[in-house]
Amino acid sequence: MADVSAPAEPPFRLSMLIYDRRYRSMTFQVIVFILVMAAAWWLVNNTIRNLAVLGKDFNFGFLFQRAGYDIPQTPIPYTSDDTHLRATIVGLLNTLIVSILGCIAATVLGVAVGVARLSNNWLFARLMTVFVEAFRNMPLLLWILIIYAIFTEILPPPNAYRGEDATASMIFFDNVALTNRYTAIPTLAMTNDPGSLDLGARITFNWATIAFVVVLVGGWFVRRAILAWAQRVQDATGLRPRTWVMNLAVMTVPSLFLIFWFGLHLEAPELRGFNFTGGINVQNGLVALWLALTLYTAAFIAEIVRAGILAVSKGQTEAAFALGLRPRRTMKLVILPQALRVIIPPLISQYLNLTKNSSLAIAVGYMDLRGTLGGTTLNQTGRELEAIVLMMAIYWALSMIISAGMNIFNARVKLKER
Amino acid sequence: MSETHAQTVAFVRDTMLAPEPPPVAESGAVKWLRENLFSGPVNTVLTLLGVAIIWFLVSHFWDWFAHSVWNASSLNECRQIIIETWGEGARGACFAVIRERWNQYMFGFYPSALYWRPTMAFGLMFVALAPVLFSESLKIRRTVLVVTAVVTLWAMVQLNAPGAWLVFAAIVLVGGLAISERHVSWLLIFSVLYPLLGVWFLWGGSLWGPIMVLVGPLLGWAAWTLVGRFSALLATVAAIVVTLLWWLMFASRAAADAEGLLSLAIPFVRSDQFGGFLLAITIGVAGIALSLPLGIILALARRSDMFLIKSMAVIFIEFIRGVPLIALLFVASLLLNYFLPPSTNFDIILRVIIMVTLFSAAYMAEVIRGGLAALPRGQYEAADALGLDYWKAQRLIVLPQALKISIPGIVSTFIGMFKDTTLVTFVGLYEPLKSMSDAVRANIAWKGIYWEPFIFVGFIFFIICFGMSRYSMYLERRLRRDHR
Repeated sequence: MADVSAPAEPPFRLSMLIYDRRYRSMTFQVIVFILVMAAAWWLVNNTIRNLAVLGKDFNFGFLFQRAGYDIPQTPIPYTSDDTHLRATIVGLLNTLIVSILGCIAATVLGVAVGVARLSNNWLFARLMTVFVEAFRNMPLLLWILIIYAIFTEILPPPNAYRGEDATASMIFFDNVALTNRYTAIPTLAMTNDPGSLDLGARITFNWATIAFVVVLVGGWFVRRAILAWAQRVQDATGLRPRTWVMNLAVMTVPSLFLIFWFGLHLEAPELRGFNFTGGINVQNGLVALWLALTLYTAAFIAEIVRAGILAVSKGQTEAAFALGLRPRRTMKLVILPQALRVIIPPLISQYLNLTKNSSLAIAVGYMDLRGTLGGTTLNQTGRELEAIVLMMAIYWALSMIISAGMNIFNARVKLKER
Repeated sequence: MSETHAQTVAFVRDTMLAPEPPPVAESGAVKWLRENLFSGPVNTVLTLLGVAIIWFLVSHFWDWFAHSVWNASSLNECRQIIIETWGEGARGACFAVIRERWNQYMFGFYPSALYWRPTMAFGLMFVALAPVLFSESLKIRRTVLVVTAVVTLWAMVQLNAPGAWLVFAAIVLVGGLAISERHVSWLLIFSVLYPLLGVWFLWGGSLWGPIMVLVGPLLGWAAWTLVGRFSALLATVAAIVVTLLWWLMFASRAAADAEGLLSLAIPFVRSDQFGGFLLAITIGVAGIALSLPLGIILALARRSDMFLIKSMAVIFIEFIRGVPLIALLFVASLLLNYFLPPSTNFDIILRVIIMVTLFSAAYMAEVIRGGLAALPRGQYEAADALGLDYWKAQRLIVLPQALKISIPGIVSTFIGMFKDTTLVTFVGLYEPLKSMSDAVRANIAWKGIYWEPFIFVGFIFFIICFGMSRYSMYLERRLRRDHR
């Protein structure tokens, strides 16, 4: 019998690195990698030489020096005697505040506008189209500047609210005063203050806040348990017990009790002397930035929502009706799950965009991360390299956290394809 | 036959009744109103809300617009005119600021004697774009080019362009029009040359610079043909190496020497003199033109089988997408000096263009990656089955289809990038929205004017961005190959 065996491998020759497809990609990768590393080495080497020429070093020690500048709005206590690190954290918190508020408001407005664009109402649908096109096709910076200018140029000064014949009046049942320096909003006050939990470093949490968080999280878990119980009963007997009363009770009764217990109420701002006191005077920079980010992002979200709903084919609705589902259940069980699959990934990137766009706070003087670390700290210490590298790292980490979190959410609502 | 049937019918209709008109509620405007505005309680509320919004806007802003003044030299004069014409207490817009500061908004601090140069560069850009953007419709191309030619030449005459350059522009514009009638692809040669020409028109200096840049690829091509006789791969390497060597080592010296022999220089304009829409459009167009190819390369790299290439692309894309553009612009203005050899000092506009390009290329890469992923696998396999190598498969089969799928995303990235050019104000460049309006307000005559500059700049941005999005919709329709 003839000896049948695999043909012998040809001996390795150097030219096979280029001409043999098995090795070529390896060669190519190694060459590109070496080139990239060389470029990186060149940049780092230049940086080291430049730092040496300037007599500087790469050192984050400046973060622990006295900052020496004030920040108008601080979520945690901060004075100019604190360190640059604390100023950075204040800036980061300010970024987070405007981003979170913006994301919530933009989602609500965006969904509403997106649905309204699909309404049969000719006039309203057209109006919403105008809104969307106007905000999508003009720079965000323009909207920030316009809204900020409205606040600073058109709104009355605080003393316009004074006296019997005041030229300005408060809105929302005398709760909110718009002035050209700040927006006075009511604050939450308690008649029965339980005191605060001191975490050290002058960071405190009111026990009432903690109690509310505990109650709400606990309520959510109880609600899940109720739903699981209902499912078990349904599986066993075929009849699903009515759960919404219990769910509602679990979610609201403890909170209502806490509100009653702590004597929680809104305290409206009042004009005393030259300024409003009693409420919170929110910097107009924050309000303008928040409004502009909200409107701008809402226009994009509206388009995403509209596309998502249109992406669910009409046959799905018809099939659901044919199965005897009522319109609300059709929306909940058939259309939304499919539309969400289309909507959520671009929605995540809009949230990311909003967070990154909040760095335009520079235009309205709101002290966010860029304003503290990348602004005043950078200018005072002259540490451009460290400050910008750290700022980019924080923004990057923030983006990664948001996209990771939203991806988990996305994985949960995604249709399970089998 | 029996005649029974003939007697049974007493009456036979031989004419039709005239149709009744539909009920009033089911026809004409009433029907339309009922169906579109008042079809139910919710709809009625929405309609009323819409009317209220429109009424609010009109009642607040109509007077202001209707009373606008277009001819005045200061805000006080504007207010004076409004009060004289419309009575005490009337409010009105003062668009005179646009008229008065038009050149500043368009050209920034560009030398006024040379305004014709950016104008010509802008006009010629449409000739360069014609074979790319309007290659399939002769009618659109003709309209665009005729309008461009007329407007450009008129503007150049208004701006006192020298006669020789007027003739040059006329030749290129009319020549472009004539060539595009028959052989539109020939114009691609102009499209390739245009970036160099455009840079030369905008910044000025010696023509030898662009010529010497152009010599690089020519030398590369020569090397490619020479070495190509031995090995295709070596030829590619040789072409790249020769081109890069020429650019890095010899081009600037050769340009200087040639300039010494024969001067082809026009007045040089420094980058800090750029401003207004000239700056925004320069950065925007350069960013758009550069970020598309870079984005394609990044997208291909990210989908590559090669681990190292793929990881580097992922790191780059995710890094850029994770940080705000402002941070990257600060890198350009503050940190680039650290990264380059000591005492190199290169142009701030160029640095900004590089950063804006990298930024939008990362987004572009993700958009194109989506297009590549949406392409059915069969297309890749068919390309392999035909025996095409990687680059041929990408060029002939994959990319044309993937890019077509990603057109909407690509154009929104372009629009986003063009809008983002306003952010260069924070690194001290005079873009039209903030810096230029601040500069206008810094003058005592226009102190306190806010809305008119915002409206004007916003309007121009809107036209350009809206135009881009409409063009992308047109392109999608034109490239649609399935028959629906």
